[in-house]
Amino acid sequence: MASIWRYILAGLGLAALLAGIVAAVYLTLPQSASGPDISRTKKTANGLFVASFEPERGVVRQGELQSWLLTLKTAAGAPVEGAAITVSGGMPQHDHGLPTSPQATDYLGDGRYRIDGIKFTMSGWWQLRFAISAGAGSGVVVFNIVL
Amino acid sequence: MRLTSVAGLLALAALAGLGGCGKPQLSDAEKKTIASLALNTLPSLKPDTTNQYGDAPAAAALGSTLFFDGGISRDGTVSCSTCHKIDRQFQDDLPQAVGVGHTNRRTMPLAGVARNPWFFWDGRRDSLWAQALTPLENPLEQAGNRAAFAHYIKKRFGERYERIFGPLPDLSTVPANASPLGTDAEKAAWNAMPAGEQDDVNRVYANIGKAIAAFERSIEPQQTRFDRFAIDLATGAKAEGDAAFSPEEILGLKLFIGKANCVTCHNGPRFTDNSFHNTGVPPVDGLPPDRGRVDAVAQVEADPFNCLGKFRDGDESACRELRFMVKDGPQIVRAYKTPSLRGAASRPPYMHAGQFATLDEVVAHYSKAPLAAEGVSEVHPLDLSDRERAALVAFLKTLSD
Repeated sequence: MASIWRYILAGLGLAALLAGIVAAVYLTLPQSASGPDISRTKKTANGLFVASFEPERGVVRQGELQSWLLTLKTAAGAPVEGAAITVSGGMPQHDHGLPTSPQATDYLGDGRYRIDGIKFTMSGWWQLRFAISAGAGSGVVVFNIVL
Repeated sequence: MRLTSVAGLLALAALAGLGGCGKPQLSDAEKKTIASLALNTLPSLKPDTTNQYGDAPAAAALGSTLFFDGGISRDGTVSCSTCHKIDRQFQDDLPQAVGVGHTNRRTMPLAGVARNPWFFWDGRRDSLWAQALTPLENPLEQAGNRAAFAHYIKKRFGERYERIFGPLPDLSTVPANASPLGTDAEKAAWNAMPAGEQDDVNRVYANIGKAIAAFERSIEPQQTRFDRFAIDLATGAKAEGDAAFSPEEILGLKLFIGKANCVTCHNGPRFTDNSFHNTGVPPVDGLPPDRGRVDAVAQVEADPFNCLGKFRDGDESACRELRFMVKDGPQIVRAYKTPSLRGAASRPPYMHAGQFATLDEVVAHYSKAPLAAEGVSEVHPLDLSDRERAALVAFLKTLSD
């Protein structure tokens, strides 16, 4: 009888040790950085344009209609003028599109376009996809925004 | 002896596992989310630049009179307050509203209504004042017509109206009953009116909406047990009295902002993202087909009282919601507005046509996540346990106490 309890005790001790090791490893490992690329400057997929995307007033606010600035340069760094831009996007993890239909509303010079009507209605991973067409050609760039 | 030491060890292990169970165990991320839901983060109400009378006390006073005035309806009995009952959170406890006739939608409560970008369950109006006009001419609600309203205002409230909005137009040649949306006779009478006269009547009609909206802007959400809990949590104060949450309420709150994903759409201090979603809520047998947001888009675009129309005050910069609205696509089929959850526990039934009688049924629906009758539901099965569903309901009640 006594030996059974000894085994149980030993088993409990081993389980506790194992749990401790697992917890220590888990807590000290760097969090796997598998989130989306949230850089605000990117090349179009074909490398034709370099696009930068920033909120016009600096901060991203959830639930408010906002305007952002999309700045387009050629790979050589020249501003892209007269571009036709269409905007789409959504939340990949929720399988739904954008709650608004943002549009390029103004050209502000120096390759800068105002993209108005952006609204992030919830926290999480959003994607904004810009299809750009200009004299130099066409390209697509996708920005990830995580709130 | 050994037996007792083993029992002691087990007890110790159990205690360690439950460490601090007496206090809410909330992570920093959870605390941040909870703070974002508290009423004290609600910003002050911004002026509605499309309604220059929105914050004029005399307009709100006239609006209040009109809100409770059954005399304005076709049969003289239906006021805004018939369905938006002042002692019932400005709703009527019915699955579908009943005015002059039986409608196909649940009456929405009004707390915080002036903060909405879109009105009605499907967002078929884009301002509070344009919303207020719609039931007035709906044959199932107040069943009136705008020519009759203009005459009524002149007869009953002419002096009050003119003190706010300036001189009433000459209505001597305006028919007693006329409207572009009314009966065939009313439509014919409307079409026979000169454009200038139509404009005059539309202007008085729009001002009725602006007065009612001025009154409704004062209806705001009230602090609840949840808000007191959230303030104590944020300040580190020990929750006292009813601000202390039970373990079940804490579990419900954690599920709400975590595994159950409620906060995805029910976010911010009003617990709504002000957007439209298909969540697979079933249609009601016997009601007309209802496709939600997808059919409302054309209605709000065609509304002469929308933000881009000529009855708007201020400039067009106020019209960005309308300008940038989503007009098509599968995501707006049978999509309905995310309702605020403040006060929801004490105003069954639920959903856009009162489909669910209790919060238990609502939570069970979201846990099961059935396919949508049309379009695609955005919610996915959660398989919540009985205990978890009960905890969510317990938490929702803290938004009503």
